[in-house]
Amino acid sequence: MTAPIRELGFAEAIREALAIAMAEDERVFVMGEDVGVYGGAFQVTGDLVQRFGEDRVVDTPISELGGAGVAVGAALTGLKPVFELQFSDFSTLAMEQIVNQAAKLRYMLGGSVSVPLVVRMPTGSGLGGAAQHSQSLEAWFAHVPGLKVVEPTTPYDAKGLLLAAIDDPDPVIFFEHKLLYKTKGPVPEGRYVVPLDRAETRRAGRDLTIVAAGVMAQKALDAATILASEGIEAEVIDPRVLRPLDMATVARSVTRTSRLLIVYEGAKSFGIGAEIAAAIAEGEAFGHLDAPILRLGGAETPIPYSPALERAAVPQVEDIVAAARRLARGEA
Amino acid sequence: MDGEGTLRLHIPGARFRPGDRPDFSYLRLPPAGAAPRPPVDAPAIATRDLAFGLVRTLDDDGVAVGEWNPGLGADELVRGLRTMALVRAFDERMFRAQRQGKTPFYMKCTGEEAVATAQTYALRPDDMCFATYRQQAILVARGTPLDEMMGQIYANALDPTKGRQLPVMYTAKSRGYFSQSGNLATQFPQAVGWAMASAYRRDTRIASGWIGDGASAEGDFHQALVFASVHRAPVVLNLVNNQWAISSAQSVAGGEESTFASRAIGYGIPGVRVDGNDYLAVFAASRWAAERARSNHGPTLIEHFTYRAAPHSTSDDPARYRAGDEWERWPLGDPIARLKLHLVRAGAWDDGRHSAMLRAVEADVAEADARAQALGVHGDGPHHDPLTMFDDVYKDMPWNLREQRDELAALPGRAT
Repeated sequence: MTAPIRELGFAEAIREALAIAMAEDERVFVMGEDVGVYGGAFQVTGDLVQRFGEDRVVDTPISELGGAGVAVGAALTGLKPVFELQFSDFSTLAMEQIVNQAAKLRYMLGGSVSVPLVVRMPTGSGLGGAAQHSQSLEAWFAHVPGLKVVEPTTPYDAKGLLLAAIDDPDPVIFFEHKLLYKTKGPVPEGRYVVPLDRAETRRAGRDLTIVAAGVMAQKALDAATILASEGIEAEVIDPRVLRPLDMATVARSVTRTSRLLIVYEGAKSFGIGAEIAAAIAEGEAFGHLDAPILRLGGAETPIPYSPALERAAVPQVEDIVAAARRLARGEA
Repeated sequence: MDGEGTLRLHIPGARFRPGDRPDFSYLRLPPAGAAPRPPVDAPAIATRDLAFGLVRTLDDDGVAVGEWNPGLGADELVRGLRTMALVRAFDERMFRAQRQGKTPFYMKCTGEEAVATAQTYALRPDDMCFATYRQQAILVARGTPLDEMMGQIYANALDPTKGRQLPVMYTAKSRGYFSQSGNLATQFPQAVGWAMASAYRRDTRIASGWIGDGASAEGDFHQALVFASVHRAPVVLNLVNNQWAISSAQSVAGGEESTFASRAIGYGIPGVRVDGNDYLAVFAASRWAAERARSNHGPTLIEHFTYRAAPHSTSDDPARYRAGDEWERWPLGDPIARLKLHLVRAGAWDDGRHSAMLRAVEADVAEADARAQALGVHGDGPHHDPLTMFDDVYKDMPWNLREQRDELAALPGRAT
C-alpha cells in the first residue's frame, strides 16, 4: 500500500507536515509572528489556525528572543513547539535561547531534560530583501554542537524532514529558502519521514561532484543540464542536513569523480564549503582528487537590494557552469 | 479558592475581525482639555494619570482647550497642515508606483501623519531622529527633497544608500535622520546612546527615538528605558500605538492589560499618552518632553494613540484580518481633517484655500516624481554598477574583497 502522490508546493508541503504532526500529537503546536489569521509572512502556516485553533497556532508578540525562550520553556515540559521566525536574519535576536540554552540544556543538565524544539526560518536572497532580510546564516548554526540543521530542496524532502525534525527529541533548525516556497514537486499523502542524517544524490555523473543544498542544489541541477550538453557529467549531491553532515556520501562520490565543487549562498569564507573541503582533505578521498577543490560562495558583502547587485552577490547557474567547466577541463 | 482548578492559557486577540461591526465605545476617551500639564521637572509618578489617560486639546468642534493647548500661531499650524497633506500625497503617489511596478515595496503612514509632523516641528532642526519606517513625515518636515526620497524608493542614482537598502529605508545624515532596521526596535537603544553621548559631550542637541506598539515587545524597548532612566538621557522616546502590528492587534504586544505609556512609570520615566490624531496635543506633549530633555530632567515616553489606516505595507492585505471599516469608525478621526476644522473655526482657513493647498502639494509630488523617474525606476536597469557592492563594507577595501571584485569585473558580460 503506497500513499497517493500529488504535486504540491514547497510551502504547502511544510504546512501538510505541520498539520499531520498536530493532528497526530496534541503536544505539537506552532508559534510565531503573524502565523495565525494572517497565515505567516510567506503563507506557510496558511489556514492552520482555522483547523487547530488560536491556542495551537499562536501569534506571538514581536520578540524573537522572547519567543525562543518561551518555546524552550514549553519544550522542557514535553510540548513540541515549532517556532517560526519571519526571516532567518531575525535569528540574531534569538541567539541566546537557541545557542546558549536550547542547544546545551540536555548536556549541561546531565541528560535530565529534553528540548524538542523546531525553529523554522526563511533564508536566502533573491526577493529583493536587502542586507537584513536575505542572509544565509546556516553555517552559524551548523557550528553549534547540540543543534541539528536542516535545509530541504524539494517539497518531498521539506515534508519528510520537517516531520522527522518534529519527532526528534533535540532542537532542530529548519532553513527554508524563500525562492523554493513556490516550487512544486511530487509529495505522497500522509506521514513519512526523511532521516536527519543522510544526503541525497540528485543526479549521477562521472566527471565532477557538486555539493549544494537548498536553492543552490536546484541551481546546480540546472547547471548540470547545461554541462551535460557540453559532454560534462556532473554528479549533484544535496546534503539536506548540514549538521550532522553525511560526508560518507560526498566522499564516495569524490572517490569516483576526482573533482569537487561546493556551492552555497552564504559568504564564501568560513562557510559550509570550508567544512566539506576540509573533511575531504582529511580523508581517504583526498588521494583520489585530480584537481584542487573549488568553493563557490556568496560575496563577502552584505546582500545589496538593487536587483543587478543582488544577483551578482550570490552564485548563479552560469557561475556554477563556469566553475564546473574549469574544474572538469583541468583549468582550475 | 474560587476559580482554582486546571489552568487556562489566555490567548489575546483582536476585538474585531473581518465581518464584525467595529464599536470603539470601550475606549472611554476622556474629554479634550481635561488633562493637567505638570511642570517639565515633574517626577515619573506625577505623570501617572497622563500615562493611563489621554492628552487631548481639540474638542469635537475643533476648538483647542485646556492646559496642553500649545498656543501655536496660525502660520505654524498651516505649515503643519501642509506638511501632513504633502506626506499623504507622497504616500498615495508611491503606493500607486508600487502597483505600477515601479518599486516592489512601499509603506504608507496614512492616519498617522500628525505624530511625526508635530513632533518634528516641536524639536529643533538639528535634534537627532531615530525613526521607524512610518515617520517619513520627519524627512518631509525637515525639507528633504521629495525626488531624493523617491530616488531611494526607486533605487536609482538619487538613492543615498547606493542601491543597497530596501525601499523606505531612507537615510539623511544632514537632516538628523538615521535610518531603519529590518530587525525591529534596534533604533530605540541607539537613540538613548546618541542622547547619552550628546550629554557626555556637553552638546545641546537631544534625540528622538521611535518604536511601534508591536516592536515594544522586543528586549530593545525595555533595555532602552533602563539606560535612559539610569543616565537620565536627553531623549524623547515615542511609541506609536497604531493598533496593529501587521495582523496582530496591540493586545498581542500587551496593550490589553495596560497602556504602553504606563510602562515608563516602572522605569522611573514620565509617561504621557496622547491623542495621536490631535496635532496640537502631539506638539504640546513633544515640546514638554523636549524641554524636559534639554534642561537635563531626562527622558519621557510618549505613547501616540492612533490608528494605522493603511495596510502595513504594499505586501499586506488587511481584509484578511481586520474589519473593513475600522478606520471610518475610529473615534479619534483623521489628523488632517481635525487640524483643518480647527483652523477653519479660528477663521484662519477655508475650503477654498484647503483645496488649493491640496492641489499644490499634489503638483509638488508629481513634479518630484517626474524628476525622480527621469533617472529610472526599480528594475529598469542597473542604476548602480554591481562592482560598487564591494564598496563600504569596510572603510578601506581589504585584499579579499578586491580579489572578488576583480573576479566579477573579469567575467565576460557580467560587469556593466
